[in-house]
Amino acid sequence: MRKFLLSKALGMLAVLAIVALMVFVLTRAASGDPISVLLGEQATAEDIARVQKVYGLDKPLPVQFGYWLRQVVQGNLGDSIFLQRPVTQALRERAEPTTLLALMAVAIAAALGIPCGIVSAVFRGRWIDQLFTGVAMLGASIPSFWLGLVLIQIFAVSFGWFPVSGYGAPDAALAERVHALVLPAAVLGLLNSALIIRFTRASMLDVLGEDYVRTARSKGLAESTVVLKHALRNALVPIVTVVGLTVALMIGGAVVTETVFGLPGVGNLVVSAVLRRDYPVIQGALLVVAAIYVLINFSIDLLYAVVDPRVKVG
Amino acid sequence: MAVSNEPRLTVQHLSTSFPTDGGLVHAVADVSFSIEPGKTTALVGESGSGKSVTSLTLMRLLAKTANARVSGIARFGTREGRSVDLLQLDEQAMRALRGNQLAMIFQEPMTCLNPVLTVGEQIAESVRLHKGLNRGAALAHATRMLDLVEIPAANRRVHEYPHQLSGGMRQRVMIAIAMACDPTLLIADEPTTALDVTIQAQILELMRKLQARTGMSILFITHNLGVVAHHADDVVVMYAGRVVESAPVRALFAAPAHPYTQGLLACLPGKARSPGTPRPARLFVIRGQVASPLAPPPGCAFEPRCDQAIAACRATMPELLSTGAGREARCIRAVAALPELA
Amino acid sequence: MKLPPMLRQLLHRRIVLAAAVVLLVIAVLAIGAPWFASIDPNDTAVLQRLKAPSSEHPMGTDELGRDVYARIVHGARYSLSIAALTALGSVIAGTLLGLVAGFFRPLDAPLMRVVDAMMSLPDFLLAIALVAILGPSLVNVVLALVLVYTPRVARVVRASTLVVRELLFVEAVRALGVRTSRILWRHILPNLLSPILVQVSFIFAYAILAEAGLSFLGVGVPPEMPTWGTMVAGGQQYAHQAFWVVLFPGLAIIFTALSLQMLGDGVRDLLDPKLKKTL
Repeated sequence: MRKFLLSKALGMLAVLAIVALMVFVLTRAASGDPISVLLGEQATAEDIARVQKVYGLDKPLPVQFGYWLRQVVQGNLGDSIFLQRPVTQALRERAEPTTLLALMAVAIAAALGIPCGIVSAVFRGRWIDQLFTGVAMLGASIPSFWLGLVLIQIFAVSFGWFPVSGYGAPDAALAERVHALVLPAAVLGLLNSALIIRFTRASMLDVLGEDYVRTARSKGLAESTVVLKHALRNALVPIVTVVGLTVALMIGGAVVTETVFGLPGVGNLVVSAVLRRDYPVIQGALLVVAAIYVLINFSIDLLYAVVDPRVKVG
Repeated sequence: MAVSNEPRLTVQHLSTSFPTDGGLVHAVADVSFSIEPGKTTALVGESGSGKSVTSLTLMRLLAKTANARVSGIARFGTREGRSVDLLQLDEQAMRALRGNQLAMIFQEPMTCLNPVLTVGEQIAESVRLHKGLNRGAALAHATRMLDLVEIPAANRRVHEYPHQLSGGMRQRVMIAIAMACDPTLLIADEPTTALDVTIQAQILELMRKLQARTGMSILFITHNLGVVAHHADDVVVMYAGRVVESAPVRALFAAPAHPYTQGLLACLPGKARSPGTPRPARLFVIRGQVASPLAPPPGCAFEPRCDQAIAACRATMPELLSTGAGREARCIRAVAALPELA
Repeated sequence: MKLPPMLRQLLHRRIVLAAAVVLLVIAVLAIGAPWFASIDPNDTAVLQRLKAPSSEHPMGTDELGRDVYARIVHGARYSLSIAALTALGSVIAGTLLGLVAGFFRPLDAPLMRVVDAMMSLPDFLLAIALVAILGPSLVNVVLALVLVYTPRVARVVRASTLVVRELLFVEAVRALGVRTSRILWRHILPNLLSPILVQVSFIFAYAILAEAGLSFLGVGVPPEMPTWGTMVAGGQQYAHQAFWVVLFPGLAIIFTALSLQMLGDGVRDLLDPKLKKTL
């Protein structure tokens, strides 16, 4: 078990290192002059000297990478050019709406996707399977911004049940915030449930074809027991994996949704940073998102080891 | 244990067909046999002969997606003394019988047990369902069953997972699951094929002991004639979905009537082709191959491979006719050879 | 018309047939845009802005008075060509990457780590970042999306290569002394065509959605270019009074992406059991 964890952890670090390298190379390639990237146009001589020392800008490029990496590891992601504050602070300020949105969306996606996937698998080939599979494919074809605009038109403009945009007043309570997030979470949740339906269905079909399911039936167990007790427990691991991946997908999907609904989250931050060429923010956001993604994958691997008794003991 | 004269299971004209892209495949056609209480009937045939499909049809365990067309009658004598047609029962009634009075064990012990449930739980669940025992009593029963199938340290094993047991032990667990509710008919589909030879012998011996103890009938499906010789009372030989010969075991081995059976017996190494002649230097092989189920020969299915075939064999499928006391064969040559029936 | 048997089998399934027909219609409309939409898509007529669908303008007019239907048909050229180029580019690059990684064992681990790293960023975010770095233009959008989707293809191709490599006939060919490049091209690649084909279809669909998203945010192609995404972006603020400006481009995206996915699914279903048989 320990060896398993260690190898996974090392793999994680390797991936993160490569991501850091990629981000470093990309932003250097884009901006060219690292000083203007880090400091913007109005840089004093002292600022320039300080930055040169911290980031080793007079040294060769690989060394610069090392300096930069050291800064990153210490938690210094640089300062935003336009927001006049450290990137880490900007990210922290924007984290809440995005996190809440992602969690709500995952909950909706799983609550919809898993049962539909199970039903689809059990009634394979029948009309309900075709319906759910078709809906799942449809869900994977709808642009999130369009669905967002459609839902706004119907539920916010026509019915008036939800705010058209925004995250509630600056001092709003949690309930109001959640209320403002219902539509955007619905958009992300509905669209991502498509993936969960497909994975759940595939995983259940695999398991339902296994010999031990036939053994369970041969004992005279009710079909619901066979499906829920014998089959589902074995199908759970890939399903949990895809739910975890969905969380990661939410981060990407949040970008568009936050823009459509005017939410002050990380996604919105990235978009405006891109439009304004605020490279430190772009860099920092990419690193943080990648780190979260890698961490989620690692946790899933861990969960796998815990849930499957074969891995635990063997 | 009431002794009855009625067979435990009487199968009449059982047919199972599957619609496929290439046409309708008759996996099982016009199969009839019966099993007496306390006896073992062996269903013998090579891969594709339809023996497994027969057993799955009787247990009604065919995959729903296969869209099987089933016809025929399968009369089963229940513990309560009633006689029911397994093929006509509604699903709920069938479930009440499965795992309870009618049990089955399968070929692959390595994949037949649920990997995430303990061995004890998988046995106990049967008993809880059919006998209404509570958790504690069911677990105790499960431990007793593990003892019954001669698994050492049953108290400990009952909490273990399948992957912690060897193939032979897993098959014993399967037997324990099947026997948990004291069935009157056990269907064993090639239970020892996937096991080492020494373990095979142990499992077969165990099954024999359990049968003697409980008086259950066994439908033993196999392609291994050696096993049949030692453990079966009656033999039903299948070829291409049909019964080609059935006889009590001694009679079959002494004087096989159907050319296919004769060929099977001749394939056994160490057996002379006919009594009295010296052992041949080379192993015997039945020439040719089984025809594709989508393009069966017009007459007897075995005719293309048969050295005794005549023109009439190619014309129509022979009927299954009696060739002696409790014996039947589907071969016009075999029937014609009997002086009384010429 | 005598079609190759596999194609015939594919089209037997009604859904795949429907998807193929839809795609054909869209492609024809796009290629022959000037004939199918006579009104000039760039013809602004401020007096006609935000008019509801009518016989004159079957899908209404947008915020600058341009005919929505004409813009969709002409916009199809842009949206489809970007997506097609992306699919082509990522499949070629991904296949090369996957082949090399799958066939040459020492290169497998490092290459796959790079692939893992690239896939550790959400597709969309990576696309935004790349376009930000390269600058907004049609070519750069294609380039960015190719970089985003190449790892996905590489993974699939590598997995298939690993399987094929272990097949006995490869050993046999090697034993005959055939050059490695010839082995890759003549023997391994043909066996990869099925999974590659499936990937082409799906990436085409993803690319359409991704480009639309990028253009909607304003970080994709320049806003003057009439892609379906920019159309929704332009009409966004007028959505509550003239929803058709947003509705129709969205429907175009949905139909195209859905048809492509159905086609990909159909191809996969058809080739997969065959795959299992031949492999």
